Amino acid sequence: MTAQNNQPRTDGSITRRQFIKLSAATVGSVVIAHQTKTRALAASKVSRDTAPAMLVDLSRCIGCGNCQRSCAEANGLAPTTEQAQGLNGQNFTYIKKVELEDGQVRFVKRQCMHCLDAACVSACPASALHQTPEGPISYYPNRCLGCRYCMVSCPFDIPRFEWENGLTPEIRKCMFCYERQQEGELPACVANCPTGAIRFGTRSELLAYAHARLAANPDFYVDHIYGEHEAGGTAWLYISDVPFESLGFRTDVTTRPIPAYTWDIMSKLPTVVGSMAVVLTGAAIATQRRKGHDPDHNVPPWEREGEGEPIEVKNTQSDQGEG
Amino acid sequence: MFQDILMLGALFILRIIVPLLLVIGIGYSLLRRLTGVKLDFSPKFVTGVGLVLSCWAIAAIALILRFTNGLGAITNLTDEFPLGLWIGFDVMAGAMLGGGAFVLAGLVYVFGIERYRPILRSTILTAFLGYALLIVALLIDVGRPQNILMLRPVFFFNIHSVLWEVAMCVMFYTTVLALEFLPALFERLRWKRAWQIVHKITLPLVIIGILLSTMHQSSLGSMWLIANGKLNDLWYTPWLPVFFWISAIGVGLGMVTVESNLSSRAFKRGLEQDLLASLAKFNSYWLGFYAIARLADVVWRGKAYMLTEPTLMTLLFWVEVGLGAIVPAILMSQPKIREHKNALYAIGAVIVVGGILNRLCVSMFGMWTYTGPVYLPSIMEVALTAALFTFGGAVFVLLSRLLPVFPKEETALTASGD
Ligand code: SF4
Ligand code: SF4
Ligand code: SF4
Repeated sequence: MTAQNNQPRTDGSITRRQFIKLSAATVGSVVIAHQTKTRALAASKVSRDTAPAMLVDLSRCIGCGNCQRSCAEANGLAPTTEQAQGLNGQNFTYIKKVELEDGQVRFVKRQCMHCLDAACVSACPASALHQTPEGPISYYPNRCLGCRYCMVSCPFDIPRFEWENGLTPEIRKCMFCYERQQEGELPACVANCPTGAIRFGTRSELLAYAHARLAANPDFYVDHIYGEHEAGGTAWLYISDVPFESLGFRTDVTTRPIPAYTWDIMSKLPTVVGSMAVVLTGAAIATQRRKGHDPDHNVPPWEREGEGEPIEVKNTQSDQGEG
Repeated sequence: MFQDILMLGALFILRIIVPLLLVIGIGYSLLRRLTGVKLDFSPKFVTGVGLVLSCWAIAAIALILRFTNGLGAITNLTDEFPLGLWIGFDVMAGAMLGGGAFVLAGLVYVFGIERYRPILRSTILTAFLGYALLIVALLIDVGRPQNILMLRPVFFFNIHSVLWEVAMCVMFYTTVLALEFLPALFERLRWKRAWQIVHKITLPLVIIGILLSTMHQSSLGSMWLIANGKLNDLWYTPWLPVFFWISAIGVGLGMVTVESNLSSRAFKRGLEQDLLASLAKFNSYWLGFYAIARLADVVWRGKAYMLTEPTLMTLLFWVEVGLGAIVPAILMSQPKIREHKNALYAIGAVIVVGGILNRLCVSMFGMWTYTGPVYLPSIMEVALTAALFTFGGAVFVLLSRLLPVFPKEETALTASGD
């Protein structure tokens, strides 16, 4: 970025040098900071092994809809027929019917995955969405700003917003029946599943069970536990006898915890801003030195000589305007 | 049904038109008393004001609907596409366009380049109004603004949230901008003590302002890094925050050119053409570097093939980088062109348009690959944005009439270049 000075100005060279210094210093500090090793993500303190989890065996689901109905009942929801076809403020889980190419039908229960390092929790500026000490992702409506950044962040497009509510819209999603769990009860959906397609337990227990099932029936199941690594690991896990992508699962989800993508940058800000503060303060001091002391610098313009308008009578005591 | 409409019409006239006319009438006569400003009611002026006022009226209706029937009533936003024009334009682009203020303030106060002082104050005023309206837009856009006003994010902070950091920085930076502008008010009122106090803390304020700007301008880019796998690969890069910061400076300086030209026309005053030209020279290197970095980044991530794909996204990318960086960088590197007043004005406008498109691509269009083209702003959304924009313009005009925003005409002004 060295420039040719086509038309020399009296102060041109100083200006340019300072431009270059400014740009070099700031770009330099940004680049250095960008390359420094990322500080470890302050990962959630929740134990990944003992977190309450759910295993959905898609090959066993018969699409009866009991889970959806009991979820509505347990959470006091009243979805319309249309609302029952998807996730929204009145429906925290639903059964997606998928017709495969060979004519077979599968039913996919969808709800919040309760990520262990949840994107939505890291995104929320008011800690409204938060991870409970046990692991499920819950919500305090009174803190929520309704900014909807959680919706942008969720890799599974789960959080729903109440678009028709003027002043107190909430973010709505499955909270893993956290209150029921606190009282020692099972989540409503799993308690009412007639086929055992959903199973509740600790995450390590369910992972072991799922791995055992895959190992025992290698020809039947797809060799993948959806949620074991997706988005850094989720509490809801799925096994299936047909490929996950054919069922509409997002298979391109990164296995890195999503919050790490922003924390990579955020954790560098102190370094960048710190070094910039040093550079700027140094430059400011150098400038002050170069300019020398101006005895007039604290005199407001209207009291300086030769500044157009006539000088007014001083009224420093009263601090009053011209009245 | 018919009665309802009649009722609504009557209410509309009574509640909106009449108060609006009253406010304008009283405001105008007061203004005339106080400052001797006289308006000429030429047809051009009347239609202009009429358009702006009708825009404000639509916005007023939109606001009422938004707070009674919810965001869904006036926006095209859905659960699939939760953030739209108000975030993409008002917040993302608004902050970017205010970027000139921290650069110029830094040049003048930190690096002692006094020659930029004549355009500093109007730049700070532009930025302050931009940020103030950004906050207003945000308060309209979020579902529960009362929780912001009750400072919930301060008590229930989340340092992992980029949005939290942006919110804090914007809050503090708007205060800093207000303080940086206050001397103009104190000069008008001739409050010596107050002027001296603010004058004393200006240098630290400017440094804090630069740090806060660096933080939030870059973080407005980091915000979208959480949308991993959703934002199109042409824009999704770990360098996004750095690019946002660089372009905030480049486009911010472009905005300084536009704003100086506009006010020179509106107030029939001279133009600091040599200052703008020297800024443009710097900006040509800056934007040139930015353009190269943008392309290098795409290649470095192994997505070079995307640059030639016949898709809408590729087209948007080229238009955005071309208008926002490549073309202006080349044009402004020519002394002949950047010394020419109208040419520089036009280039400034092109930079601004390209910059805005960049922010819209990151926050809106770039998501289309994932969601499908499900969102375009509704009329109401556009009207509200336009209303805020014109409102900011009106306040700018008013304040620059009432306060010493521009340097006095006789000091070092050139009207050259035409
Ligand atoms: S699935 Fe989405 S909403 Fe649920 S915990 Fe994960 S990020 Fe949050
Ligand atoms: S909408 Fe509410 S829950 Fe979601 S990120 Fe914003 S404040 Fe948090
Ligand atoms: S865990 Fe509770 S809230 Fe979640 S889907 Fe099951 S019943 Fe519904």
